[in-house]
Amino acid sequence: MTRRGSLLRGPTRRAFLAAGTAALATPMLSRRAFAAPTELTMLAWYGHAEPDIVAEFEAEHNVRFVPKYYTGGDNMLGLISQSPPGTFDVILSDAEYVQALNAAGHLEELDPDDYPLDEFFPEFQEFPGNWADGKLFSIITRFGFLGVAYNTDALTEAEASTYNVFWDPKLKGKVGHFDWHLPNLGQMSLLNGNSSPYDIDESAWQAVKEKTMSLRPQVGGFFDYGGTFSSLNDGQMLAFCGIGDWITGVLEKNGAKVRSVVPEEGGLQWSECFSIGKGSQKADLARKWIQYITSARGQAKSAQMAAYPALIPNRKGWEVLWAENPEEARRQGMTDEPGNVIDMIRSGRIKYRQWPVQQDLETWNDFWSEYKGA
Amino acid sequence: MRRPISLYGLTFSLPLLVWQILFFVFPLVFLVALSFWTVRNFTLQPDFDTVNWTTMYGRTIFWQAYGTTLALAAAAAVLTSVLAFPAAYAIAFRLSDAARRWAVFLMVIPFFTSYLVRVYSWQIFLSDNGIFNVILGWAGFGPFTMLNTVGATMVGYLTLSFPLVVLLQLFSLAFVDRTLIEAAHNMRCGRLRTVAEVIIPSARTGLVIAALFCFILSFGDFVSPIYLGGGSPTTLSILITDTTKAGQQWPRAAVIALTMIGTLLLVAFSAVKFAYRGVLR
Repeated sequence: MTRRGSLLRGPTRRAFLAAGTAALATPMLSRRAFAAPTELTMLAWYGHAEPDIVAEFEAEHNVRFVPKYYTGGDNMLGLISQSPPGTFDVILSDAEYVQALNAAGHLEELDPDDYPLDEFFPEFQEFPGNWADGKLFSIITRFGFLGVAYNTDALTEAEASTYNVFWDPKLKGKVGHFDWHLPNLGQMSLLNGNSSPYDIDESAWQAVKEKTMSLRPQVGGFFDYGGTFSSLNDGQMLAFCGIGDWITGVLEKNGAKVRSVVPEEGGLQWSECFSIGKGSQKADLARKWIQYITSARGQAKSAQMAAYPALIPNRKGWEVLWAENPEEARRQGMTDEPGNVIDMIRSGRIKYRQWPVQQDLETWNDFWSEYKGA
Repeated sequence: MRRPISLYGLTFSLPLLVWQILFFVFPLVFLVALSFWTVRNFTLQPDFDTVNWTTMYGRTIFWQAYGTTLALAAAAAVLTSVLAFPAAYAIAFRLSDAARRWAVFLMVIPFFTSYLVRVYSWQIFLSDNGIFNVILGWAGFGPFTMLNTVGATMVGYLTLSFPLVVLLQLFSLAFVDRTLIEAAHNMRCGRLRTVAEVIIPSARTGLVIAALFCFILSFGDFVSPIYLGGGSPTTLSILITDTTKAGQQWPRAAVIALTMIGTLLLVAFSAVKFAYRGVLR
């Protein structure tokens, strides 16, 4: 006992403490020698903070992205409203949710001069939703079209070029829905001839509901992100409502016989925008990231994102993509040839996906639940 | 006779009590409170409003989903019990001690892999171009639609609960008094009649508890109805996710969750009462 006591009180303890202090200080010394990367938090859909997109920026700026991935805008709003201000430095959001984020005070104002907006196609320089009262809060970074996704063995492109194909008797039980009311009901509204598919009065809304209900016997299932991939990939579903190239593009690149087409009734556009989170302590670095990803170089990377491909709003980005990967540029329609995706937008065939204007979001969602249960 | 509370007894019972309060009672109380909150502009606001209850209970889809979920879980409990019983019976009465240990081990193995992975792998078997349809195709049949059906959901429920039900049934069969079976045989009672009139009544408690576990697991399951049933028909677990998908309606989801908890408590108490009827007298 005495011996143990003397051991603890004697010089050995001092030596132990010295060694301990040295050991604890070592990481600090090495940190000084090789500055540890700064962590930048990103709230985004899966894929945006993966190495294929961020590795170059991380190396250039000695940054490490810490992503928090979400599925769906509501999930994103939930995460951000439950976190203290400054939790997320960079926020990626679907365009229709930017206004809700802004209204709740979650976004920092951006200076338009900081970003290469003059390189963007004119349609995207003052993109609705990015601006509020003449102030910029968000910048569109990528977008895509939603139309008819189809199995190329089962349908020809001509057959799939109308939403009416979903009612084709040979597709009974083979039509899948991406399980989210907004894109599906928007497409039904387009089919009903509503030029502003989300801004419809009560009678048009009733007509959309009736049209949608008539499709129910054709439907084989309602799928989330993973289920949509697998059911298209294994041919379980032969046509899909509510999605586009962001899903079929990935499958197509991996050899699956699926494609998406914007039908004659028109398509919807989803748009992803980057913002800086309110209260971010690293707003400068966040700004640099948005500058990078909206630059021609970053845009070409974004277009080819491994998780899901997309169209890009930066005209010079199209040139870089063409130089790097002409095949992908052609596949997605980002070329100088007539009929490219910008021509498609300019011809009025594409409408923004947005929240319903004359009904509550809840009204649409409740109907969607009823439709599923019918 | 009532025993005085001792420090020894408390040492063993307190952790359980603390655990229950922290992870069951407290979240449940919170869930009840949440069901009276309101949502404004995607933000939850503490409130005392019955709107969530009246809205959910006033919707046809809610009662439709409730009926579907109840029927599916009850069917799963019956089907699993019926299919598991011969397996449990054989393991309990027909196998040698060594073989029985192996059988128990084999029943535990499925728990080593994630349930989600097992359900996903069923898609490879059940899809139109899947293994079953290819085999049936060789024999000149099909293809049959198996995936995205109620039958496929049932396969998922079986995957979830079959091994557990076999184990629970096995433990109760193992404790059946063998002398009763011998007595039945001595009195010229046939094999099937012995099972029906001696073994099943003797093992009733375990059999009912096993079926109850299957019911509980299936009632709350989200994975099988989505990935094997294709999300149709809507079950309560699917309705919960639907409800939270637009406008952050967690309070309405809480109403569904509380109704599910209430139903499970009711079913569990009734089942336990039936299982132990006459046993504790």
